[in-house]
Amino acid sequence: MTLLVYAENREGKFKKATFELLSYAEELAKSINADVIALSVNEISPDELNKLGHYGAKKVVSVTDEKFALLDNKLYTSMIANLVEKENAEIIIFPDNLTGRALAPRLSAKLKAGLVSGVVSAPSSYDPFVIKKKVFTGKAFADVKVSSAIKVLTLSQNSFGIKDPSGDTPQIEDFKAEAVSEKSNIKLLSVDKITGKLLLTDAEIVVSGGRGMRGPENWNMIEELADVLGAATACTRPVSDEGWRPHDEHVGQTGKIIAPVLYIACGISGAIQHIGGISSSKVIVAINKDPDAPIFEVADYGVLGDFKNVLPELTKAIKEIKGS
Amino acid sequence: MKILICISDVPDTTTKIKFTNDNKELDQTEIQWIINPWDELALTRAIELKESLGEKIESITVINVGPAGSEPTIRKALAMGADNAIRVDADPKESYFVAYQLAEAIKSRDFDIILAGLDSADYNGASVGGMMAELLDMPSVSAISALNIENGKVFINREIEGGTQKLEAQTPFVAIVQKGIAIEPKIPAMRGIMMARTKPLEVVAPANADCLTENIVYELPQPKGACRKFTEENVNELVDVLHKEAKLI
Ligand SMILES: Cc1cc2nc3c(=O)[nH]c(=O)nc-3n(C[C@H](O)[C@H](O)[C@H](O)COP(=O)(O)OP(=O)(O)OC[C@H]3O[C@@H](n4cnc5c(N)ncnc54)[C@H](O)[C@@H]3O)c2cc1C
Ligand SMILES: Nc1ncnc2c1ncn2[C@@H]1O[C@H](COP(=O)(O)O)[C@@H](O)[C@H]1O
Repeated sequence: MTLLVYAENREGKFKKATFELLSYAEELAKSINADVIALSVNEISPDELNKLGHYGAKKVVSVTDEKFALLDNKLYTSMIANLVEKENAEIIIFPDNLTGRALAPRLSAKLKAGLVSGVVSAPSSYDPFVIKKKVFTGKAFADVKVSSAIKVLTLSQNSFGIKDPSGDTPQIEDFKAEAVSEKSNIKLLSVDKITGKLLLTDAEIVVSGGRGMRGPENWNMIEELADVLGAATACTRPVSDEGWRPHDEHVGQTGKIIAPVLYIACGISGAIQHIGGISSSKVIVAINKDPDAPIFEVADYGVLGDFKNVLPELTKAIKEIKGS
Repeated sequence: MKILICISDVPDTTTKIKFTNDNKELDQTEIQWIINPWDELALTRAIELKESLGEKIESITVINVGPAGSEPTIRKALAMGADNAIRVDADPKESYFVAYQLAEAIKSRDFDIILAGLDSADYNGASVGGMMAELLDMPSVSAISALNIENGKVFINREIEGGTQKLEAQTPFVAIVQKGIAIEPKIPAMRGIMMARTKPLEVVAPANADCLTENIVYELPQPKGACRKFTEENVNELVDVLHKEAKLI
């Protein structure tokens, strides 16, 4: 019996989320006496592939066929389903991000395997299989029972943590997926890649600004703080609607749902739709000049004050710590 | 071109979520039901396309798997501008079950673009669109943030991890949409509301389908401890706490 993990890379490097997925899979594998297999798509250096072993994969299956260069949900699903069959995989784990959300549902239907998306912990029991997930945009959790023999999961980011990379070098195997002969229905015209920048959905620390920041000219303070923390930047919906910040920074129920370890909210009132996107953050710090702002109800730490005074102080103090 | 939009009926985004019956069921007493925000935007985009392309968009249909109680939501979609509606008369128990019902109802009809939302604001399955596409053996494209039709060709933008791709897509396909597909949802005008009453709403019987999962019990998040407050003068202390106690920085 095996567990299959979809090991996603960004520009040839595996993401932290991938290592978290493997750490999680290894924990499950121990409980059911199974092995972890990682699936990697596209050309990746052997050194990188080996890392998957260090984080828990016994075997790495590498697919480098040109026909998978572009993410096509249907083709990828056929390929993964073939692999599931070949490896006799019982649990298939994807990241709970755009890639996982594109593939997991299709695979679930193809295999008639129950899907639980946005999983936040290891199963509480294996027989019956019961696992916890987020529901109602983070306002609650549900224990979900899966009745099918095969299970598909997407794991919510930063919900499990990453173990020490102490595993062995994995066995690396090419997978040709010859059975997948269909043609894609999509043609790539152009790509607008976010390069260099830390992705909001990957970031462990996020510094976010709301309408209380007054205008785009004040965002340098957000960026400076993000810089010293190695954090990504985010914003509320009105801020991206106003064009103060790009749309891809909008978090909340109708934007991105994120789960960083630390979320710093500056000049954000804490509307329920905004909280929907950040409630899974481990720790929330709020900076607001209104003592009654609802953000303080969900924050772990708060600074009551004007961002103009607080942000530079915060940046300075953190710089001192980092410097020492 | 014929467009179909899958719409789910979800609690209003400001709803305080509560449970009853030993946390086994959602307390529905104070819930206002709305069209899932993505579905509302998907419908809005379909209407915009019809407004700009005229007859080239032959029809806009909405479909919902739900009990009679979800008809007000369906009528709202008709009032916004959908031409007709289908309701599969079943309790939307879980994702696979719902996707199966949708696929069965869609099989015997003919649509070029089928739109679904990235996820719904209730159980956040993020699954029905993709499952339905697989059951229909149809391609799907996820996280679409723009949809245009020019000279019969379909152009889309989709978000991937780390960027946006502009694609041309061959129909038929399932378009799974998110933020950006339309900006503001269309608000039904009085005329639309009047007309919606007489627009066709077909009720179809459900197919026999399995459920693969079951939500057995719900739980509200642990109440947060009180927020530890600092002032402009002691920001340094906060940094100290984050560094030494919380070990976050
Ligand atoms: C269907 C729907 C979906 C939505 N989806 C989202 C979503 O996904 N994401 C989202 O963010 N919103 C969403 N919204 C909007 C949401 O309801 C709020 O309007 C929005 O989150 C408020 O943004 P804000 O906190 O930036 O602004 P405001 O509510 O205006 O808050 C500004 C805050 O800044 C503080 N402030 C002002 N000046 C200063 C200063 N000098 N120093 C420090 N603090 C200061 C104020 O005290 C206030 O608390 C949605 C709304 C609807 C109806
Ligand atoms: N009961 C339903 N009837 C019709 N469409 C649905 C239903 N439930 C979900 N959908 C569609 O699937 C999308 C994703 O929902 P979900 O998988 O439940 O998160 C929604 O945005 C709808 O487009």
